[in-house]
Amino acid sequence: MSSQVSTDSQGLLDEAEQGASLWQDAWIRLRRNRMAVAGGVTLLLFIILAILTPWIAPYNYEAQDLDLGASAPSAAHWLGTDVFGRDVLTQIMYGGRVSLAVGFIATAVALLIGVTWGAVAGYVGGRVDAVMMRMVDILYALPFMIFIVLLMVVFGRNVLLLFLAIGAVEWLTMARIMRSQVQSLRQQEFVEAAISLGLSPTAIIRKHVVPNALGPIIVYTTLTIPSVMLLEAFLSFLGLGIQPPQTSWGLLISYGAETMEEYPWLLIFPGLALTTTLFSLNFLGDGLRDALDVRGSKD
Amino acid sequence: MLRFILSRLLQAIPVIFIVITATFFLVRAAPGGPFDAEKVVLPEVKRALEAQYRLDLPLHEQYFAYLGDLAQGELGPSFKYPGRSVNEILFSGLPVTAELGLYALLIALLIGVTAGVFASLKPNTRQDYIPMSLAMIGICMPSFLLGPLLVLVFGIYLEWLPISGWGAIPGDKVLPSITLGAAYAAYVARLSRAGMLEILSQDYIRTARAKGLPEWLVVVKHALRGGLIPVVAFLGPAFAGLLAGSFVVETIFQIPGLGRFYVQAAFNRDYTMILGTTVFLSSLIVLFNLVSDVAAAWLNPRLRSQISGGGK
Amino acid sequence: MRPCRATDRAGTHTNKLRKTGMDSVIDRQHSRFLPRTLILLLALGLLSGCGGGESNVVSGNRDGILHYGNGAEPQGLDPHVVTGVPENHLIRALFEGLAVKNPITLEPEPGVAERWEFSDEGRIITFYLNPDAKWSNGEQVTASDYVWSWNRALHPETGNLYSYMLYPVANAEAYSKGEIADFGEVGVKALDDTTLEVTLNTPTPYFIQLMDHYSTFAVHPETLLQFGKMTDRFTPWTRVGNIVSNGAFVLTDWALNRHIKMAKSDLYWDRDKVNLNGVVFYPTENVVSEERMFRVEQLHYTQVAPLDKIPVYRELADTPYVQAPYLGTYYYLVNTDRPPVDNVKVRQALSMAVDRDKLVRSVLQHTAVPAYSITPPDTLGYYPPQIFSYDPDKARALLAEAGYPNGEGWPGLEIIYNTQEAHRKIAVAIQQMWKSELNVDITIANQEWKVYLNSVSQRDFQVARRGWIGDYVDANNFLDLFITDGGNNNTGYSNPVYDDLILQKAPRAPTREERYALFTQAETMLMEQMPIIPIYTYTSKHLVHPSVEGIYPNLMDSLNLKYVTLNPDRSLPEGLR
Repeated sequence: MSSQVSTDSQGLLDEAEQGASLWQDAWIRLRRNRMAVAGGVTLLLFIILAILTPWIAPYNYEAQDLDLGASAPSAAHWLGTDVFGRDVLTQIMYGGRVSLAVGFIATAVALLIGVTWGAVAGYVGGRVDAVMMRMVDILYALPFMIFIVLLMVVFGRNVLLLFLAIGAVEWLTMARIMRSQVQSLRQQEFVEAAISLGLSPTAIIRKHVVPNALGPIIVYTTLTIPSVMLLEAFLSFLGLGIQPPQTSWGLLISYGAETMEEYPWLLIFPGLALTTTLFSLNFLGDGLRDALDVRGSKD
Repeated sequence: MLRFILSRLLQAIPVIFIVITATFFLVRAAPGGPFDAEKVVLPEVKRALEAQYRLDLPLHEQYFAYLGDLAQGELGPSFKYPGRSVNEILFSGLPVTAELGLYALLIALLIGVTAGVFASLKPNTRQDYIPMSLAMIGICMPSFLLGPLLVLVFGIYLEWLPISGWGAIPGDKVLPSITLGAAYAAYVARLSRAGMLEILSQDYIRTARAKGLPEWLVVVKHALRGGLIPVVAFLGPAFAGLLAGSFVVETIFQIPGLGRFYVQAAFNRDYTMILGTTVFLSSLIVLFNLVSDVAAAWLNPRLRSQISGGGK
Repeated sequence: MRPCRATDRAGTHTNKLRKTGMDSVIDRQHSRFLPRTLILLLALGLLSGCGGGESNVVSGNRDGILHYGNGAEPQGLDPHVVTGVPENHLIRALFEGLAVKNPITLEPEPGVAERWEFSDEGRIITFYLNPDAKWSNGEQVTASDYVWSWNRALHPETGNLYSYMLYPVANAEAYSKGEIADFGEVGVKALDDTTLEVTLNTPTPYFIQLMDHYSTFAVHPETLLQFGKMTDRFTPWTRVGNIVSNGAFVLTDWALNRHIKMAKSDLYWDRDKVNLNGVVFYPTENVVSEERMFRVEQLHYTQVAPLDKIPVYRELADTPYVQAPYLGTYYYLVNTDRPPVDNVKVRQALSMAVDRDKLVRSVLQHTAVPAYSITPPDTLGYYPPQIFSYDPDKARALLAEAGYPNGEGWPGLEIIYNTQEAHRKIAVAIQQMWKSELNVDITIANQEWKVYLNSVSQRDFQVARRGWIGDYVDANNFLDLFITDGGNNNTGYSNPVYDDLILQKAPRAPTREERYALFTQAETMLMEQMPIIPIYTYTSKHLVHPSVEGIYPNLMDSLNLKYVTLNPDRSLPEGLR
């Protein structure tokens, strides 16, 4: 996600006369936004934790103590243990590695396809637009589950497939939103001006249209990441994705939901991890949006 | 405008046709058939079953036979529920799921738009953070989690509301509608906040403000229309998605809707049911995407003039 | 149950909103949109205020209606077409077989047939039908109805998945496979209206039991023919208003995915013994939801109890939780053609390294019994042999003998299971047991149901989770799984001596003792080769409201609703909420 934003900002930077200062302005504005900074720092912390997990996790994530079973948080197990007597903190840390990777990579795939597709369809319009968007309709309508099962039959079980499968569904709505944004932007004066200046359509899309349509896209992206993390759990149930004893936040939450009355800690802590990520993402996303909003900044 | 809608409806024909064809062959390629069961089916029994369901014909003949039936509006017998036709099952579940989806969407819009608009008026203040945080809880709470939680609190501890059924006991529609709507509320809130912020910085809004119009009038009369464009673009697929997504809610609350059949058909390899629900869902998707595009066009004055005038 | 007025009002509001909803976004009248939606919510809220009223259990106890959680929506109600547990419950309430099971002893007792006689050393059975046995349209149930129905059940065009239930009948298998076309050659004759003579291939001790299985039930020929051919699967003859049945209850309402309602039959021969006025069956797919419905007294009886809830229920004084041994075994299939499990020592090592007691105690919360063989204990007096036990030291030694000392050189092993929480838990625990006891690398893979079935039938696995639930109470039903090329064998196990014992010797054994001795001999051979790793014997787990009486836990989990009574004076224990 972050790479996407910076390329687009790069486009802004090339174009705008006072480009360098704009980019700096954005950075300064972002830094002034305390919530965005807090969100960014939290996310960074989560990512560092995920990377360091194999060295700093308090327990072996496979180690079971069946006779201990599910136990409430204690001095030995800060966040309690699951039904196999495994340490929940360790589970969440390892789960975070999977969820963050899936969340960011799959969303990036969806973003890349969706934004490009939507921008081209919306900008070019006419017959091209019709064909491209009807293809989106077709993909919406195909039975997703059968598609997943077939993917597995053809390619075997593979984590890369997981990204592909998630990317394949998540880009569709992204493309629709992008297209509607681009359509409304296309009639704006600055785009018309760019056209009359004889800029190539690619350049116009890249430098004028995409950066200005970023607001809703950033927002939708920050919402997509957590839902992708939950989608991963569903795909894992279908057999695609990760297999036990590997785990993820989505899986931990769905297991925890089954026993919310008996062992609430199995739901609350993984839930908190996901919620914190979502809120951090949203604050950071809002901050980015505000910081990059050229027109808004003039006020 | 009419030409625009007509041309889109014409485009729907190849879309649905491609979806049917692709689905027909995809489901046949998936491993496992409708008659596979834990206890093995005797070969002679399997042959008899395949004959009864026309599965003994070559695949292309089955395909054309299906298209023939479809042209007459006949979706065939269900594999999983012998004695029931897919048509019958669809029509029994549809009103329920549509009603559930409608309530959920209204709840999502009510919560989402309100929160989003309020937040956008004073971005990055408490008026922004609090409603947005509330709206966003919906997204961290997938329905398989929110549903049982609401049941526990309002159904079991407080005993305010029934916990299962649809239309059988007064009030039994409340919890499922909220459960299904909550996830979409977050999307709507986020998208409308972003859309509003975009619009509120536009020149014409500043002009309106400069004219001394009261803030609420500026928002309601001028800003909302443009600010909701991303929401409307999202609503089309969202409503179709509600139908598929209602599976979890229908299972938790024992609701006799379509979502359960849509998902279970795939698990059961109920070929005719998969195709039937897919045909139906693809028509809905085409329709709702069209409605949402038309609505977006109407909200966007420039686009509207282009569509009604140019009629591409 | 009738919706009160507020519902109707809300309905009208919704309709109005539906019409104007989209327009108002588009119109300039945005200001009216929000208030309208608010009104809707208010209307929704209103619904909660009105009524509520009494629970299903309270009203049911007063009116004699049992509210029964049935697990899932049935495929249908045609006894020769459907299969499955929920279907079984419904069909056995609507129909009755020639003989039924005593709910306590499971021994056969009179159903449609008031008595039966064996002749020709048990090869011929003569059923004498009760002249009072009536169809729900008032007609008598006759012996020729049975001949017609068994023709249908066996006919090659019907596609009855349970046709093999009647294969003990002479020539039935050949007829079902299309090898003979004349049903007259099949060993079932109507001697007169009330006398049915059945000729078997060989004496079959459990044959009378099969008369309580729905695939052997009679259907009303004229009713079926009114809607189509005898062998048609799709006709609407089982719908309310069409169906003619002969059991203790008649079908009165069938709302897809909502409920199925039945009322006591006025024509059932044993109607004086039926206490309930009716039963409502609910398709309770979600286990957690089902338990909650039970807790708020929406259900008298649940199909299962969620595993994690069971300890809570057990602690209650006068607990509604009822657990009983069940005729089913949970085991791992081993593909004996795939290394490393093609080596019998590896299979034995793996099996001995599973601490079944610990598994049952922790993961399964004492809801199962450790199993060391395929047949459940006390299957009509038969106890399986136990030739090994949990022994990690011996397991390590066997693994070393097989060429993998301390797991060295282990090529890896994959367990597959169909996606379900219970299977996952077992697999994760066993994976870890094997890893820690034998130092071998194990991977787990869950598969979607039909993919899993496909993997098992194609034998595309090394180790696969499997369960077998008995169709009738006899060890034969478990042991004949592993005959050479048996459809449910899937392990590659093939042993001519075993086949001979099961197919030839045991059926001809003159006494029960001798027959059971042959079974023991066969089962010992089987477990020495270990083509399966038995894990546990199932139990049935229900929540039963204290007001329900006449439910007797038994090995078949067979509930005859005829014996159920409701006692309104008893309520759920305190502290359940």
